[in-house]
Amino acid sequence: MKKGDITRRPSSPSRSGRDGSKERPQRRPDGGMRIVVPLQGVVQGRGGLVLGSLIPCALFYFLQLYIKRNRPPPTPGSPSSAAASSSASTPAGAISTTIQRTLSRGVLSPRGLPALSARGAVARAGDDDSLYYAGLRRCADDPYHPSSNPSGVIQLGLAENHLSLDLVRRWMEEHAGPALTPGGDDEARELTIRGLATYQPYHGILALKMALAEFMRKIMQESVSFDPSQMVITSGATSAMEILSFCVADPGNAFLVPSPYYPGWDRDIKWRTGIELIPVPCRSTDNFNISITALEIAYNQAKKRGVRVRGVLISNPSNPTGSFVPKQTLRDLLQFATEKNIHLISDEVFAGSTFGSDEFVSVAEVVDELEDLDRGRVHIIYGVSKDLSLAGFRVGVIYSYNESIVAAAAKIARFSSVSTPTQHLLVAMLSDQKFISSYLKINRERLQKAYRLLVDALKQVGIECFKSSGGFYCWADMSKFIRSYSEKGERKLWDRLLEEAKLNVTPGSSCHCIEPGWFRCCFTTLSEQDIPVVVERLRRITDGHKSNR
Amino acid sequence: MAVVDTLDMPKKHKGHDPCLRSPTSRSCCPRRPDATATARTRPTSWAGRKYEKNPFDAVANPGGIIQMGLAENQLSFDLVEDWLEKNPDALGLRRGGASVFRELALFQDYHGLPAFKNALARFMSEQRGHRVAFDPSNIVLTAGATSANEALMFCLADQGDAFLIPTPYYPGFDRDLKWRTGAEIVPVHCTSANGFRVTRAALDDAYRRAQKRRLRVKGVLITNPSNPLGTAVPRADLDMIVDFVAAKGIHLVSDEIYSGTAFSDSMPFVSVLEVLAARAPRAADYGLDGRVHVVYSLSKDLGLPGFRVGAIYSSNPAVVSAATKMSSFGLVSSQTQFLLAALLGDKDFTRGYLAENKLRLKERRDQLVDGLKAIGIGCLESDAGLFCWVDMSHLMRSRSFEGEMSLWKKVVFDVGLNISPGSSCHCSEPGWFRVCFANMSAKTLDVAMQRLRAFVETSYKGAGTVGALRRAAAAPARSMSCPLAMNMKWALRLTPLSADRKAER
Repeated sequence: MKKGDITRRPSSPSRSGRDGSKERPQRRPDGGMRIVVPLQGVVQGRGGLVLGSLIPCALFYFLQLYIKRNRPPPTPGSPSSAAASSSASTPAGAISTTIQRTLSRGVLSPRGLPALSARGAVARAGDDDSLYYAGLRRCADDPYHPSSNPSGVIQLGLAENHLSLDLVRRWMEEHAGPALTPGGDDEARELTIRGLATYQPYHGILALKMALAEFMRKIMQESVSFDPSQMVITSGATSAMEILSFCVADPGNAFLVPSPYYPGWDRDIKWRTGIELIPVPCRSTDNFNISITALEIAYNQAKKRGVRVRGVLISNPSNPTGSFVPKQTLRDLLQFATEKNIHLISDEVFAGSTFGSDEFVSVAEVVDELEDLDRGRVHIIYGVSKDLSLAGFRVGVIYSYNESIVAAAAKIARFSSVSTPTQHLLVAMLSDQKFISSYLKINRERLQKAYRLLVDALKQVGIECFKSSGGFYCWADMSKFIRSYSEKGERKLWDRLLEEAKLNVTPGSSCHCIEPGWFRCCFTTLSEQDIPVVVERLRRITDGHKSNR
Repeated sequence: MAVVDTLDMPKKHKGHDPCLRSPTSRSCCPRRPDATATARTRPTSWAGRKYEKNPFDAVANPGGIIQMGLAENQLSFDLVEDWLEKNPDALGLRRGGASVFRELALFQDYHGLPAFKNALARFMSEQRGHRVAFDPSNIVLTAGATSANEALMFCLADQGDAFLIPTPYYPGFDRDLKWRTGAEIVPVHCTSANGFRVTRAALDDAYRRAQKRRLRVKGVLITNPSNPLGTAVPRADLDMIVDFVAAKGIHLVSDEIYSGTAFSDSMPFVSVLEVLAARAPRAADYGLDGRVHVVYSLSKDLGLPGFRVGAIYSSNPAVVSAATKMSSFGLVSSQTQFLLAALLGDKDFTRGYLAENKLRLKERRDQLVDGLKAIGIGCLESDAGLFCWVDMSHLMRSRSFEGEMSLWKKVVFDVGLNISPGSSCHCSEPGWFRVCFANMSAKTLDVAMQRLRAFVETSYKGAGTVGALRRAAAAPARSMSCPLAMNMKWALRLTPLSADRKAER
């Protein structure tokens, strides 16, 4: 009915136009003509313009309506559509509609699963689109091995320290058993199964906190001391970071993060807390130093958008660039944080993995220095995964100068506490002063050596690296090998590195670096024998690039 | 009194706080006001601390408070200890004499050690009499059941979504499920009239209440065997709950961390997965598998809460995948996984342990129940768990939650037994208490019974009849000896023991 009404009306203004194209309507059957008529008005520009465009729209709308009514109910089986629907609909509407749908879904849909929560769906889809994780997965599927899989992918993307594992292993061989054996012969250690198995404080046993405080003091060149009561122990620095974020910010709040930054933060911090990370670009011309001006600008822009900035998040030694944050910059950052009344979070998981001549300065040192500053806004993240090569033990630390943050984090730590035997084992290890001192020294020497090896190797193929002083990475500038100076060009090169050269590196774009062409290459997973292989593989790319020019 | 100094706690960090938000907001932890302040002022919490200051010790402190609020299983430690002695390789991180440290040091795959997952799957299946098989690839490892429950909430519910939980329930759910996820709990009221069993009517009623509050119900969460009741959920009830879940198209989370403590032969533990397996694939049940999730942990069954090992078992690939990724926020250390893989992989050990542990639990339970009966205190017939659900309503001065509170305080401070009041478990009837029995020796339990007997005899001499108690209740209320003013509101929010040092899951 309606359709007929609409199509008939415009036929009159465009009647005169029909004469010009007489043959066409004549040839066509009646139904076809009606639709064509209004369009003719459009073609000839005679008054039918408005109606001519309105009518097809209206027709299309009714067609949609018709299809929708006659289609079986939708089957939102996939989490993405479910997530979209649950986040889009208001809670009030959701009660009536969604539940109705799930009811029918149980019977009709082939995969009758109720929806995940929006958060669950985000976590599930998770890191699929990130090149960083894509590379890691690729590497896990086809790992390089000099003899058994010489054509596999060489891992240059994962921050693991393989250089000093033998040291830790030797210690474990000698001490792990006795350290944990109930009633073992080890002097006065009152370890019983009761001590290991029963409920212990979720935020870490005191012995471990004390041992860690001492260890942290040691790696910071004994320039600062740490108070065990300001510590919360969590299962890994990953959850330390998340818990701290939960404590200092609400969903929708933001942290300013000087970029390039560690790609894992996008997952660790944003997933469940709903906090936004605002990259504040640092540039190669500044040696990737943090610029307070840039922070200021980003802060004001966020404010304009109505986003509340709750803190500045830095990594020191920087992941990925491997540089230290200078003392003066730390002071400036504190100044900035005080001015804006926000938090300053410093991720110092690489504090013990330093090499070279520069001196590492922890934010703790600056806090100690500036008595008058409000210390309560400074928090440090630490873990033993990197410095002691014990990623498997999952021990992270939140060290905060804010009493209430410590109290809150200690409560939340119940969701990610560390197994007691592991804690005891670590206490035994950290208390072995002789081992720790020699480990730190040897580890630093080996890092230095491995770093030089890879930097020199990269130089051979014409790749320059940024000067690193800590961490496990070379921050390599490959911008001259990318075809178009853009993120796309960088991605293409990354693809070629992974697929042709079989090297998994982390592209700068994953770290939110604004300059394309930078890549993070981890040197601690390589052995000396692997270096020539890496060089040879890189040559495939760089030589090809030259000849293509 | 110790209580006084806790009262000014929240004020303490006023000047200290960098006040990082606008002056109007008070707390530093916007989302978790509980986390810093309230938990410290809860009376049960200071009862916990009071216990910490004055713990019972048969020799050193015979007048101290006996901890009966901690669901810890210490009855079979010697079995684990023996095993560790015989298998030093597990603690020394060796396999067949060779060190496995290199594999473990950097192992941080959130899928877990395959050996451990296989052993855990087998152990869970063994516990359920091999009536259900567990697929290791459907297991997600987490740092304790606490973390498992929270991860599931994150996966299934958004902020403002609700889960229905039959009361009385484990008080820790209030923080585990709500704190960070923003999900809501809608209680399903159960009463003593039918032994606190869940009924369809109660479920429907809770569902309606949730709808009235404009909450979207995402699922039902049950603990089976129940904490604090200590009863296994009968098969018929499970069937009814599964029907309800199927009809509403929502999830069912079954927290089965006490499954290995089911010691009764007459009322064996039935897992919800058995119920599912028994239901032939009916049209209405389609996809039900993907909606039922089981939470498990080794804290209660093996008595290893310090190891922080929990697990989610789900046949829903989406949930498994999302939860696996979230588990990176609470992974189990590789050292612990290795140790437990060896422990659980030892079939002789697990078989012997499960049988012996049940015997010991039953014996200890009987000791408690008989002891209470001799004093004239009744319990809910229990068939699992590390605790009994004890009815002390006849000892209360008034049949109200105030009465329960004042009785509870007397029991803690005068009698010296740290038990948990029912109101903290959201029980809808006053007068019930959870009394744990597995975290102490038989002798200590005897001391506890003696104390309780003395208390009952001196306080209620001649007041054996209900009428006499009623008269006592009608008498003008005496002012309480404790300086903390009590009111109903936070009596309902109580947790049995959230002492900072030693907290319970």
